[in-house]
Amino acid sequence: MARAASRRGAVVFAVFSLLLASPAAAQDSLPPAPYAYKQLPNPDQEARAQALMETLRCLKCQSQSIADSDAPMAGDMRHQVRTRIAAGEDPEEIRQWLIERYGDYVSYTPQLRPMTWPLFAAPAAFLVLAALLLRKRFRRGNGDGGVDEPDVEGLEDNA
Amino acid sequence: MSKQNDPRDPTPKKPGLALWLPLALFAGFFVLVIYGLVRPADREVASAFIGKPLPGFDLPPAVDDRPGLALANFRDGKPRLLNVFASWCVPCAVESPQLAALAQQGVEIDGVAIRDRREDVAQFLSANGNPFRRIGKDDLSKVQLAIGSSGVPETFVIDGKGVIRYQHIGDIRAEDVPLILRKLKEAES
Repeated sequence: MARAASRRGAVVFAVFSLLLASPAAAQDSLPPAPYAYKQLPNPDQEARAQALMETLRCLKCQSQSIADSDAPMAGDMRHQVRTRIAAGEDPEEIRQWLIERYGDYVSYTPQLRPMTWPLFAAPAAFLVLAALLLRKRFRRGNGDGGVDEPDVEGLEDNA
Repeated sequence: MSKQNDPRDPTPKKPGLALWLPLALFAGFFVLVIYGLVRPADREVASAFIGKPLPGFDLPPAVDDRPGLALANFRDGKPRLLNVFASWCVPCAVESPQLAALAQQGVEIDGVAIRDRREDVAQFLSANGNPFRRIGKDDLSKVQLAIGSSGVPETFVIDGKGVIRYQHIGDIRAEDVPLILRKLKEAES
């Protein structure tokens, strides 16, 4: 009785470990897409495809670009980018096509949007701010009462 | 704060609140970083294609006993589920009882098998049951990319006009079934 039970346990264990083992064995057995690892024959087109692929996010491994990633899905995305560029499509059109489906997140190149314009405006704003601050300082430097002024203010402060 | 100013301090103007600005900025940045560190990571990329019509596609059958899948199949006026799956995907097997339950309630489910071999799909379906009416074979993830799906399994609610109405990311758990039924109901209108 106990022996039968332990044997059943062993069978259950074996089945269970088979279940656990299957994903690793069965992970996507298809060969990569034709243009996942193959460059386009036209070097000019390949350069444009490569530039685009380096700025598109791999959705499986999100800190990598599809040019960097070996995920099968990234390979399929590279295939799509290359075949579409070979068909004469503009890289930015392909980027917009993907953004339409996955949102701005899929593109590493920031897009100008109502939400993102401060990103583009910030450098200019900081320059203007810096200019204003410096202008104040330069003007003060030109004044002759540079030493007396703080004393007056300091006295006011303490009063 | 101004009281602590040394009257002999050569600075022409009292710094006032501006003195604290860098510290405040740093504190804000610090809080942001900590928030980013402790917040549970949600790395799912939702489709931006909800509310848009399915793009055109025509996939060959993935198994012998089910037809392939094309856009035309989605325009018969009845809402249905589009399940993106693969035989090599473990959560896809986990969600099969839920798909079977949905199919039993009369929900029409069409499948897209991603990067899969016919014999593997057949084996997967014989092991986990076949809730699909049609199964298209998508070897280059074309349909998956075209509808903004970023993984397997994902399930889309498609209305009778072929418009994507809802996306469920990941395997369907038993507790997700009511929501999916509700979304199908909503898609009827």
